[in-house]
Amino acid sequence: MSAAMLELINVSKTFFPGTVNERKALRNVSLSLKSGDFVTVIGSNGAGKTSLFNAICGTFFVDSGKILLGGKDITDMPDYKRAVSIGRLFQDPMKGTAPHLTIEENLALAYGNRGGRHFFAVNRKNRAKFKEMLAALELGLENRMTTQIGLLSGGQRQAVALLMATISEPKLLLLDEHTAALDPATAKKVLEITVSIVEKTKTPTLMITHDIRAALEVGTRTIMMDEGRIILDIEGEERKNMTIEKLLQLYSKESKKQLLNDRMLFEIEKQ
Amino acid sequence: MSLIILGELQTGMIYALMAAGLYVTFRILDIPDLTVEGSFTLGMTVTVMITSAGYPELALLIAIAAGACAGLVTAFLQTKVKIQPILSGIITMTALYSVNMQIMGGKPNISLYSAGADTIFIKFERLTGLSANNSKLLLISLIVAAVIALLILFFKTRVGLKIRATGDNEEMVRSSSINADLTKCLGFAIGNASVALSGGLLCQYQQYADINYAVGMVVVGLASIIIGEAFFGRRSVTIGFISVVVGSTAYRFIIALALQVKLFDPYWLKFISAVIVVIALSLPVLKTYFQKLFARLKNERGNA
Ligand SMILES: Nc1ncnc2c1ncn2[C@@H]1O[C@H](COP(=O)(O)OP(=O)(O)OP(=O)(O)O)[C@@H](O)[C@H]1O
Ligand SMILES: [Mg+2]
Repeated sequence: MSAAMLELINVSKTFFPGTVNERKALRNVSLSLKSGDFVTVIGSNGAGKTSLFNAICGTFFVDSGKILLGGKDITDMPDYKRAVSIGRLFQDPMKGTAPHLTIEENLALAYGNRGGRHFFAVNRKNRAKFKEMLAALELGLENRMTTQIGLLSGGQRQAVALLMATISEPKLLLLDEHTAALDPATAKKVLEITVSIVEKTKTPTLMITHDIRAALEVGTRTIMMDEGRIILDIEGEERKNMTIEKLLQLYSKESKKQLLNDRMLFEIEKQ
Repeated sequence: MSLIILGELQTGMIYALMAAGLYVTFRILDIPDLTVEGSFTLGMTVTVMITSAGYPELALLIAIAAGACAGLVTAFLQTKVKIQPILSGIITMTALYSVNMQIMGGKPNISLYSAGADTIFIKFERLTGLSANNSKLLLISLIVAAVIALLILFFKTRVGLKIRATGDNEEMVRSSSINADLTKCLGFAIGNASVALSGGLLCQYQQYADINYAVGMVVVGLASIIIGEAFFGRRSVTIGFISVVVGSTAYRFIIALALQVKLFDPYWLKFISAVIVVIALSLPVLKTYFQKLFARLKNERGNA
């Protein structure tokens, strides 16, 4: 087995244990990501997808189990220390960028001192790099580098946020429904950008989506979560032969109940 | 009259450093900081003592350091003890009153003039051979230009950028590897250092320090920031700092003019400052109100 970039071993997390509000967000989750893995994550509302990300990022500490990143045990590491090696994107485009800083300043913030030690955060050298990266987005942002990010559209902001999450060459990229708040055309564009960035940088990636078709088309592997468990993990041939219909059957078979939430039905009706 | 203009220009620029310090916390970090009244006086008291002892330049350096410490205390109360921002500032400001009294040996005011102590202004006048007023204006301009330039440059460095990001999107900063508590502490230290330097300079300029001098100073600083933004708008930090200097000077002129034409007694100054700030802060609300009003009137006329 090739060296795992991310490894979760029997991770569990329960909120408010022993009370009426007890919520088992993660139950004995084990997952191993190797470099080059681009995993799409599906599951109904409350299945534990975001909790899985929170556990990896250290937003909360898990009750039991181990988390390893790049071979290193990070189970007890505080979140801000993990943040150095994890890029994360949220559904809300406002979350990932600082609105009154310019595009280049936002990028410089995420880039840190990787471009060498310079007096100014934005300097000639990293500006050239930013310009090139922005040009690759094909949104024309390379000519608006001194524009405040707050003036951009949600999709443009999310695209820049995606650059910011990957510019520091993280060991892991976590995308939590990062296209869900965008209109369909923009969402498609941002998804394309995502795929090209992930393929180019080969960053191991977990991408939560409610779009089942995209979940099968994009990436190299798909996992399905339900009630805090990973109930399906497919890649290669098995994944290639998977259809949306079969996935939905599996969905109800594995979890033995009607799980379709409105959003998933809505996505399917659209297709 | 021209002497008055010169005088207002001089004090306006000295106060600009106070307003610039407030700009760091109020605009860049987006936190109102009431430490300012205490740290301004702290700058004065530290300066008056060390200047009396014969070290006017050192006095200003110590004032800067003391101001930074005051800012750190407020930031500590906020970030580590989790006290509300405004309350943290009030607590530090209140405690500083006693500290300032202690520094001045229990006296509420001390004159440098009667002690015959050299100030940097007197020294500079001797050095350049210019007239008192011109040399003062030159020295103040040099110091203010240098400090403002330093602030502008600093907020373009990596650390400066992190401080700005903290004020702009704290949630983002907290989920990144940046230590938001640390950047806040830095911002408060820098802001109050600039405020204390302003107090120190004013002390040497007027040749006295008074324990109650800075009462209402926050509102004066806010008015300066807001007047500056009326000229320049709210744009980049660079323009922000420059607009603060313009705003602070303009504020002095507005007040001086009002006093000249005997519009009101000097003790109404603080009231006027308060009104300026209220008007400026209510502009966004007023704007939407009037927009709605006009839209309705238009509609009614259209229907009639
Ligand atoms: N901080 C928290 N405190 C209490 N309960 C929580 C917390 N975070 C998550 N939970 C609970 O854990 C369960 C899993 O939530 P999670 O947010 O991981 O779901 P999800 O799969 O991301 O759902 P969605 O598709 O709606 O985003 C839910 O029952 C939720 O109520
Ligand atoms: Mg979620």
